[in-house]
Amino acid sequence: MSEGIGHNVPRVDARSKVTGEAIFTGDLKLSGLLHGKVLRSPYPHALIRRINTDRAASLPGVVSVLTSTDLEDIDPYYGHSIKDRPLLAIDRVRFVGEPLAAVAAEDEVTAEQALSLIEVEYEDLPAATTLEEALSDDAPRLHETDTLRPGLFHGLGELNPDGNICYQHSIHRGDLAEAFKQAEIIVEQEYTFPAVYQYAMEPHTVIAAWEGKSVTVWASCQHPYLVRAELAELFDLPVASVRIIVPFLGGGFGSKSYTKMEPITVALARKARRPVRIANRVDEAMVTTRRHNMRCWMRTGALADGTLIARHVRLWMDTGAYADNGPRVVATAADAAPGPYRWKSFQVEAYCVYTNRPPSGSYRAFGATHLQWIGESQVDEIARQAGVDPVDIRIQNLLRPGEEVRPGGKALDADLVGDVQKIADALDWGSPKPPDTGRGLGVGLLAAGARPVSTAIVRMEIDGHATVLVSSTEMGQGVRTVMSQLASQELALPIEHIRVPGGDTWITPYDRSTGASRSTTLAGMAVHRAAREVRQQLLEIASQAFEVALEAIELRDGAAWRGDQSLSYSELIQFHFGFTGGELIGRGEVSPGGNKGSYAEGPVFWEVCVGGAEVRLDRDTGRLHITKLVSVADVGQAVNPDLVKAQEMGASMQGLGNALFEEMIFDEGQILNGTLLDYHIPTTEDMPDQFISRLVENEDGPGPYGIKGAGEGALAGVPAAIVNALADIGVQVTELPLTPERVWQALREAEAEHDDGGSPS
Amino acid sequence: MRVESADVYNSAQIQIRMIVNGQSMEATIEPRELLLDFLRDRLGLTGAKRSCDVQVCGTCTVLMDGRPVSACCTLVYEAQNRELLTIEGLADGDELHPLQQSFVEQSALQCGFCTPGMILTANSLLEEIPNPTRQQIQHYLKGNLCRCTGYWSVLEAVELAARRLQAEGQSEGSA
Ligand code: FES
Ligand code: FES
Repeated sequence: MSEGIGHNVPRVDARSKVTGEAIFTGDLKLSGLLHGKVLRSPYPHALIRRINTDRAASLPGVVSVLTSTDLEDIDPYYGHSIKDRPLLAIDRVRFVGEPLAAVAAEDEVTAEQALSLIEVEYEDLPAATTLEEALSDDAPRLHETDTLRPGLFHGLGELNPDGNICYQHSIHRGDLAEAFKQAEIIVEQEYTFPAVYQYAMEPHTVIAAWEGKSVTVWASCQHPYLVRAELAELFDLPVASVRIIVPFLGGGFGSKSYTKMEPITVALARKARRPVRIANRVDEAMVTTRRHNMRCWMRTGALADGTLIARHVRLWMDTGAYADNGPRVVATAADAAPGPYRWKSFQVEAYCVYTNRPPSGSYRAFGATHLQWIGESQVDEIARQAGVDPVDIRIQNLLRPGEEVRPGGKALDADLVGDVQKIADALDWGSPKPPDTGRGLGVGLLAAGARPVSTAIVRMEIDGHATVLVSSTEMGQGVRTVMSQLASQELALPIEHIRVPGGDTWITPYDRSTGASRSTTLAGMAVHRAAREVRQQLLEIASQAFEVALEAIELRDGAAWRGDQSLSYSELIQFHFGFTGGELIGRGEVSPGGNKGSYAEGPVFWEVCVGGAEVRLDRDTGRLHITKLVSVADVGQAVNPDLVKAQEMGASMQGLGNALFEEMIFDEGQILNGTLLDYHIPTTEDMPDQFISRLVENEDGPGPYGIKGAGEGALAGVPAAIVNALADIGVQVTELPLTPERVWQALREAEAEHDDGGSPS
Repeated sequence: MRVESADVYNSAQIQIRMIVNGQSMEATIEPRELLLDFLRDRLGLTGAKRSCDVQVCGTCTVLMDGRPVSACCTLVYEAQNRELLTIEGLADGDELHPLQQSFVEQSALQCGFCTPGMILTANSLLEEIPNPTRQQIQHYLKGNLCRCTGYWSVLEAVELAARRLQAEGQSEGSA
């Protein structure tokens, strides 16, 4: 079947996206729709002494003004990992940009005008706007951490809160002191990683319509079922009374994971008794979620021949004023910290820290992006000191398939040595380099898959066309195309006869989330199983119709064949029901319970994060030019190779941005570059000269046909590769991004050191 | 009659005429009304999207007399007596424009949020420079951000469309 797996089927949503027909949440029209606007705190930390909304409420066109006093009938705290966040600030604001009131009005201009009429009296509180301040002994406390309540989807063991630390996590193996005693080369350094904005081009957009004892929400959200659960709990409704509908998303990258603007929008609609839309602007999206900035200390020990033996890591991640997904980001960072090597011993201590900054959450390849460039730069430094080639030191030390990655977790399920060799080949490793040019590579692992809980339904209708009901969110990654192909493969049905609508919790069945590279593997497995059930029913009906054994029947091109006789699926369904109606229904599920073994111990799979880069340095300006970028997608089996490549390229360019110039700059909790005028993301002019993407298909994933997820790894691999390529030219950095100024500084320092070392003493 | 700008900002309502996707129309607008809101909310042409609001991202791009403009930072009033083309007006009925077709074939889109603006800017590029070099495409499209694709497939799609449009032009010329 030419449209099943392994084929470059054009995206099923492409046509609607080039004509402007594709509907995003902000494109929807509802009669009576009101426009919501949010009043946000101008202070990083302050008491709210008084809010007066009278003038705002009496402005013509204003329908409702919402403050925390409207929430007294509910428990207004939410947060999927820690229930630390009030729906609107109560008595106190904790970051610049924190919502404390909201207005619903007939139009946006009126709503905005009303915001300016709300009077708020604040009383300044001392703030902890950096990690250092938050961790100091006399730091102001953001929350009463002893009374923190875990959220609905915490699932990470004990919180172990302490001061402004809301979660700590450690992993270790072996006797660290003993291992370091044997080390003949030791590299030790402190590093920092900046706060980064995901910039999904569509800012968060939500429409809510409150209807008595139920609510319908159209939301640009990645995880409709988790949002549903949090809304149901907040507003004390049965889950089935909360309906979440997900139109196309204008990008996600983690910024639309879990609950974001939905609670405020629902609360506003509940008060206004009319549908309300809140559409964030970019400056609001930036204070809704971002990537954690981090401080990290790392020490790596090796034998003189380059054998890696010990690593010790401490890291502190700035989760902002509310935890959001911080605990999971921290746990994933801890998992990524040792790197995929055969250590005698390692230890990682990871801390999630509250500060008076906007909350941090998920962003593509979180944890791995933070740690991989650090770990890999230490491996390269050891290679230099041991006189071993960077490729060889990796081949010498990398884990092999089946070896333990971390205690208690899933064993390695990828051929990392093969992946590294592919990168090296693509970079012409070892060939002469032009002047001021360096090459580097990075390899790492990302714990992927989140929780393996997904369900799907396949309906085959009377005309033989199929509808796949699955709640994975189409946010650009191509999930609707992939699900179509998986169903096409099992059903032996052309793609154009398969429809995959968007998620709608009243119709499409439970899926935990769309993230952690899990959809093709897990939701895909559920779709595969559901389609298989329909396939089985078709075979059984055909065997009755043809009066032959099941094995004598072949399904091909939308029909059952016995030799050269055929019955279309439509005819089979009519035969079965004895009527020109009816439908076949197949269901599929994935759960840890039903799949002991490969799913029982996390992660579901290890996503491979590899990247290679060749860079040219302008010694006068410190500017870096990327001449070559290489990624390897180690995906088990590609359902659609073009889509995999597209994900690799997108992730690589984000990696390039994260490495070279992206950084949210804060001053006392206030973002200084809070619009796209000042926050730069890669443009067409930042593209590398060459981009090479290689596909590896070893059928070693846990999904159907050996599939495993992809799409994030390159974002972690690329910064590591660029940092190592720069070190290859002799410039070592311990801080990202690699702005020309920073590189120029490091270059001067390297040259000064070189001069000192070279001068006769 | 020419309406002086001072009058424009003082009067509550203004009558304007323009051509949108080939159809001439008249409308009563407010002086400060943005073209993007007018297109999206009043005409229901939601292909132009709002993202940055500051004329950086290009996702709100429409063509005014063939030139790309950022509808987020353009007053409807500026479209007075002009001809506008939005993504909804690019295809010829069911037949996609060669740029749309090549974007589909090259998978030059993922989430699709940037796509309408990207295609319209590329359209104006190809009208100006029918056979652009890769560098010229990169330069021309630098005001259209895309966070998903990394741009490679976009450049390939524009090149493919350029080849096809040229071939079409040649066969028409020789006929
Ligand atoms: S929204 Fe108009 S340029 Fe970005
Ligand atoms: S396709 Fe998503 S921003 Fe371009």
